[in-house]
Amino acid sequence: MITKRIIPCLDVKDGRVVKGVNFENLGDVASPVDMAKLYTKAGADELVFYDITASAEGRRIFTEILTETASNVFIPLTVGGGISSIADFDRVLKCGADKVSVNSGAIKNPGIITEAAKLYGDQCVVLSCDIKRVGGEFRVFARGGRDDTGMEAIEWIKRCVGMGAGEVVVNSIDTDGVKNGFDIEMLDAVCKAVSVPVIASGGAGSIQDFIDLFRAIPDIDAGLAASIFHFGEVSISDLKDRMAEEGIPVRR
Amino acid sequence: MIAIIDYGVGNLFSLKSSLKEIGAEAVVTADEKLIAEADRIILPGVGAFEDAARKLRESGMADVVKREAAAGKPVMGICLGMQLLFDVGYEYGVHEGLGLIHGAVKPIADVIPDNYKIPHIGWNLLKFRGDSPLFKYIKEGDHVYFVHSYYAADCDESVIATTEYGADLTAAVASGNVYGCQFHPEKSGDVGLKILKAFTEI
Repeated sequence: MITKRIIPCLDVKDGRVVKGVNFENLGDVASPVDMAKLYTKAGADELVFYDITASAEGRRIFTEILTETASNVFIPLTVGGGISSIADFDRVLKCGADKVSVNSGAIKNPGIITEAAKLYGDQCVVLSCDIKRVGGEFRVFARGGRDDTGMEAIEWIKRCVGMGAGEVVVNSIDTDGVKNGFDIEMLDAVCKAVSVPVIASGGAGSIQDFIDLFRAIPDIDAGLAASIFHFGEVSISDLKDRMAEEGIPVRR
Repeated sequence: MIAIIDYGVGNLFSLKSSLKEIGAEAVVTADEKLIAEADRIILPGVGAFEDAARKLRESGMADVVKREAAAGKPVMGICLGMQLLFDVGYEYGVHEGLGLIHGAVKPIADVIPDNYKIPHIGWNLLKFRGDSPLFKYIKEGDHVYFVHSYYAADCDESVIATTEYGADLTAAVASGNVYGCQFHPEKSGDVGLKILKAFTEI
């Protein structure tokens, strides 16, 4: 039986981990390398590094930090943020990433998914999608949740999986940072639409929120969160103990 | 010294880092002389069977690995590298493997229920079959990280561990001095490092 994955996400800006509420008011937390080591020790099943720097200097620092992390951490590592070309894929894979997530880059140029999947395999290409309810439908947003693309999310995700995305991270803008639970309705709709692994993101505030997620949607593969882990509100080892008690398959 | 066979397939960053972590000296190489001098060989690989098998042959590495294995040197294939050890692969056609372990590589879709996702991605637990030196530092039920859509079939006599994913899938094999892991030890945390460590002591 495959276990449900718990994935801490590290938003990295200028070499530091940050996390905001509803994508704004970024606050400084700690060194990404130290945090990656701590999380691995605590039982994280995978790590996501998200590069939110804009400058070339920030990117250089990110690449160095990624390399150092990948040299010291031996669990799967996904990298996202600003991925818009095969050269970007190549750069982060050479620094030790196992999977690369594309978001706005795929919205601008969907062909990048097919191209990357052919070069590196479907398992390497993760579609990350920021979704918000607009006028009764699930709408895809670009640029970190700032721009409404007008695209219906479920159709977009199906299209990307058809082109070779091997995994989908679904981030609900409606629940992100609110800490009142994952967006079960949205996640269930995505799980029903695609056959690749789906990772839930946005809204976790407590251990119970993860339990509710895995209970409500048996097909969901993983739960991702950032600030609740970073600020110690939820410890990964406590979370996994509780999941095991609840009969949810988990790696310990 | 461990020779990691370089035939233009896959990302070797993690494998190199994990071997360094356990204090094993390793070199990524396609140099026959270096490979002959090495104590052990690791055959890595991700991607498609046909492409990898062709690159292995064209680079001359197929013959080198076969020769070294025949001479008794410990060889370990990882993921697609494990699959390439077998006689034949049925991934988009029929393709010849190295034939170091008897069996065939087939789609997991053939044996798992329809509602299971493909690829089999994630952490799954090992069920041992027999007693292998590769597992001397780990215990049954430990979790390792898998990413694959094909599995080694018709190889009952070589299976040393399976994992359950709607069916018992081959997780690791051994035939004499030739070993293979379908999962990624270099991505399987402490358990994976312990498996690599055990391989360096075989």
